[in-house]
Amino acid sequence: MKTKKFSLKRLAQAGIAAGAISYSGLVMAADTIKVGVLHSLSGTMAISESTLKDTVLMMIEKQNEKGGVMGKKLEPVVVDPASDWPLFAEKARQLITQDKVDVIFGCWTSVSRKSVLPVVEELNGLLFYPVQYEGEESSKNVFYTGAAPNQQAIPAVDYLLDDLGIERFVLAGTDYVYPRTTNKILEAYLKSKGIAEDDIMINYTPFGHSDWQSIVSRIKEFGSEGKKTAVVSTINGDANVPFYKELSNQGMDASDIPVIAFSVGEQELSGINTGPLVGHLAAWNYFQSVYTPENNQFIEQWHDYIGDDDRVTNDPMEATYIGFNMWVKAVEKAKSTDTDKVAKAMIGVETPNLTGGTAVMNKNHHLSKPVLIGEIQDNGQFAVVSQTDGVVPGDAWSDYLPDSKNLIADWTDPVNCGNYNTKTKTCGGQTAK
Amino acid sequence: MPRVLLLIFMLLGVAGTALAQTSAAPTDDAGQTTMASPDGEGRPSESVAPGVSKEEALRTSLAKFKSRDFDVKAEAIETIARSGHERGEALLQALLDRELLHDLAGDRIVLGEQADGGWALRDPISEEDVGRAEARAARPVIINNRLRQQIRDLKSVTALANPNPLNRREAARRLVGNTDPVVLDALRARQAEEANPLVKGVIDTALNIAVLRDPASHLNERLNAIDAVAGSLEPAVRNVLRDRLAQSDAAAERNAAERALSKIDQRTERYETADTLFFGLSLGSVLLLAAIGLAITFGVMGVINMAHGELIMLGAYTTFVVQQIFPDGHEWSLLVALPAAFLVSALVGIVIERGVIRFLYGRPLETLLATFGVSLILQQAVRVIFSPLNRSVVTPEWMSGALEINPIFSLTYNRLYIIVFALIVFFALQLVLKKTRLGLQVRAVSQNRGTARAMGIRSERVNALTFGLGSGIAGIAGVALAQLTNVGPNLGQAYIIDSFMVVVFGGVGNLWGTLTAAFSLGIANKIIEPMAGAVLAKIMVLVFIILFIQRKPRGLFPQRGRAAEE
Repeated sequence: MKTKKFSLKRLAQAGIAAGAISYSGLVMAADTIKVGVLHSLSGTMAISESTLKDTVLMMIEKQNEKGGVMGKKLEPVVVDPASDWPLFAEKARQLITQDKVDVIFGCWTSVSRKSVLPVVEELNGLLFYPVQYEGEESSKNVFYTGAAPNQQAIPAVDYLLDDLGIERFVLAGTDYVYPRTTNKILEAYLKSKGIAEDDIMINYTPFGHSDWQSIVSRIKEFGSEGKKTAVVSTINGDANVPFYKELSNQGMDASDIPVIAFSVGEQELSGINTGPLVGHLAAWNYFQSVYTPENNQFIEQWHDYIGDDDRVTNDPMEATYIGFNMWVKAVEKAKSTDTDKVAKAMIGVETPNLTGGTAVMNKNHHLSKPVLIGEIQDNGQFAVVSQTDGVVPGDAWSDYLPDSKNLIADWTDPVNCGNYNTKTKTCGGQTAK
Repeated sequence: MPRVLLLIFMLLGVAGTALAQTSAAPTDDAGQTTMASPDGEGRPSESVAPGVSKEEALRTSLAKFKSRDFDVKAEAIETIARSGHERGEALLQALLDRELLHDLAGDRIVLGEQADGGWALRDPISEEDVGRAEARAARPVIINNRLRQQIRDLKSVTALANPNPLNRREAARRLVGNTDPVVLDALRARQAEEANPLVKGVIDTALNIAVLRDPASHLNERLNAIDAVAGSLEPAVRNVLRDRLAQSDAAAERNAAERALSKIDQRTERYETADTLFFGLSLGSVLLLAAIGLAITFGVMGVINMAHGELIMLGAYTTFVVQQIFPDGHEWSLLVALPAAFLVSALVGIVIERGVIRFLYGRPLETLLATFGVSLILQQAVRVIFSPLNRSVVTPEWMSGALEINPIFSLTYNRLYIIVFALIVFFALQLVLKKTRLGLQVRAVSQNRGTARAMGIRSERVNALTFGLGSGIAGIAGVALAQLTNVGPNLGQAYIIDSFMVVVFGGVGNLWGTLTAAFSLGIANKIIEPMAGAVLAKIMVLVFIILFIQRKPRGLFPQRGRAAEE
């Protein structure tokens, strides 16, 4: 049986990971470069994060086959923060002080990143964060390889406004920091585009919400009043499956009321029959269906590594891929793994995207990437229906929120600040030492 | 543009070449001919330049699908519909079904089906086998919502002549609110010969809306139209009436519109209440399913089983495994999954009881901690065996979609079945407890262990079986929940709090209390939710329960008599 083969493989992997942990504690490994992997392997977030752990391990394995970095082999140190936010901080501290890793790839939720942030700043560590997030942050010690709101939410809404002629918006999200901030930005943006207050409906639901009947029926009602309506969904994680099931059961067709999602990728869809969802949308910087030689090769590698041809790839995996490759380039450029030197070398580093073109690391520690809009297909994949002309540089501080309108992040001299106010010419907090 | 398109597509239908529905009555054809010919005759032949065969024209249009530009594709769809070629409609359907591929190696448009990890290719017109392509060497022609809508509108017009009245009604409903004159002509033609009153009703509504939308229509016509649609629940009707109320110059029309709107609003309100009630019942049935197993283990036996949610999860995973074993049996595999899930969860339950709980009877705190540990072990075991990713459970056809009662009120089938299923499980359990020997023994042991043992009841065995029964029912609940939510390692956690809430609220040890509690909490939640939002609704229900338990610590239906004294 397929499940059985799969389970053995996983057991073996768990064993290897466990071995790596104990091994790293015992051996004084001066001739290796240690790479910390801080992704939950148990608890609620394991569903999303364990894939990224495998991605980092695959990248390390591939890099070692190529001879490592600066002639040294890379050595992974995998820890399990178990979807427990304070534990993320503890494990990060352990990785930096005890395991002496040179870089950490990790975190998924914003809460986990916020909990790790003071630790990496205090200990001057280096964190690569691979998930799309709400912005409003830039740290000297963190590189954000996922999308900022202007690389996902804003282009998505532009597509709805310009290409689909949508006049009414439902902003539906899970009740936590990412959807709330994103929706605040979107609300301000929509109003600036002339959408009336009455034509915006905002709805929040708890984590893991599973009873979507009344909400879907309200959305249908909201959308039946003559104006073309769309749903902008920042619904997170597991709650999406029952949401989409309810959509299809209540017959809410994408051509009547399309749903555009920022947290639904190939992996989330692999849990549902997407037949009735054809035409609903998602905005990302990467889709598995994009046909480029780089992407074909990446998918092939992934299937070989994981031993299952049905496993999908997704946007945070690409962000991990870009982040890892950039780090390797920066280390080689700096000829050192020292945090400050690598961080300096990171700025301006270019690596190929999987979707064609190149990603560039900007002065604000965010990437320039293309933005793609895809429609769900009946095979659980997305078909790209719109794409930004060039790359979009990530904006750490949104231009649509009054508090952050004047802020920028710039980690080069002379500014060297994560939240520099361009009006008052002052740095509002954490500065480079 | 779409107007011309529709016209042409209809002509296509008239010619009979593209119409797959050969059984359409001959009168249909005649009707359509007289309707369409005056203003559209000859257009199909225009598009085919002399000397170019229809087939070549079709191939040229197909080649346009290689483009990434959706405007080019829209144009191609139009020319294919106009081509008059007998393969036209089939090709558009293939486009909709993602069976029209761009073969990247040969740079051509072909028909394709998935075969052995690649594609089996066929010629789009002759349908001859033209080789195969690797999975990533060919890809379906991408269409977007606009093109999908375009093709479906074309299909709706032809489907008005479909012999099946359900299809005709569906097609007519898609066209309600459409004011394209070509569509209206088609609807009028159909109206004249439509025998089915339901289909006719929809067509009448569509035409009346068109009258109201038409700035040139007479006041009397409009008043009649308003009268005719006054009872309709179609959202398009409400919208047009609102517009008339705001825009009309004639007081008589405004009054009529207002009257009609208030009539519609009244009806809408009634159905909204019914909607809320149904949602509440359905949430209640989910709560009941999740809680009913716990009502046995916690309610009757007094064991605080924190691993109850994981027993539900095991049931859901059993559903998944059964579907893997019978890959072609999606329609009936649930029937196999039910007993299988019962057995798996019951066995695990008995193992937990024999291995952990029996040493801890009468020590609730330790039981709580130990079973919490068991729940974590079960979760992680599932993560190791099945991976932390959610597993996909297929919903059978008969549980998909909704029973549509009218345009604003429909009952989703999966919820409907689960309400019925929850009640069946509940009454079956009542029967077991009241009418069987095991039930008698269970009640005896739970009321007074010492006396029951003195009467010769093997209380150890009864404990194990009772726990197994409660766990098995949790497994059955898992089968049902797999149809509604994620099948993943966290499934159980989502329901454990709710389950305890229901059992405590209903009164420990009372199954009827569990039933009442589940449904009243479900309905209360759904009444509050539209007003306060989902987050606040949940908090308010919890606060209410806390206050209620303060006042009545034994829940809605407290147990009386000796058993309650313990």
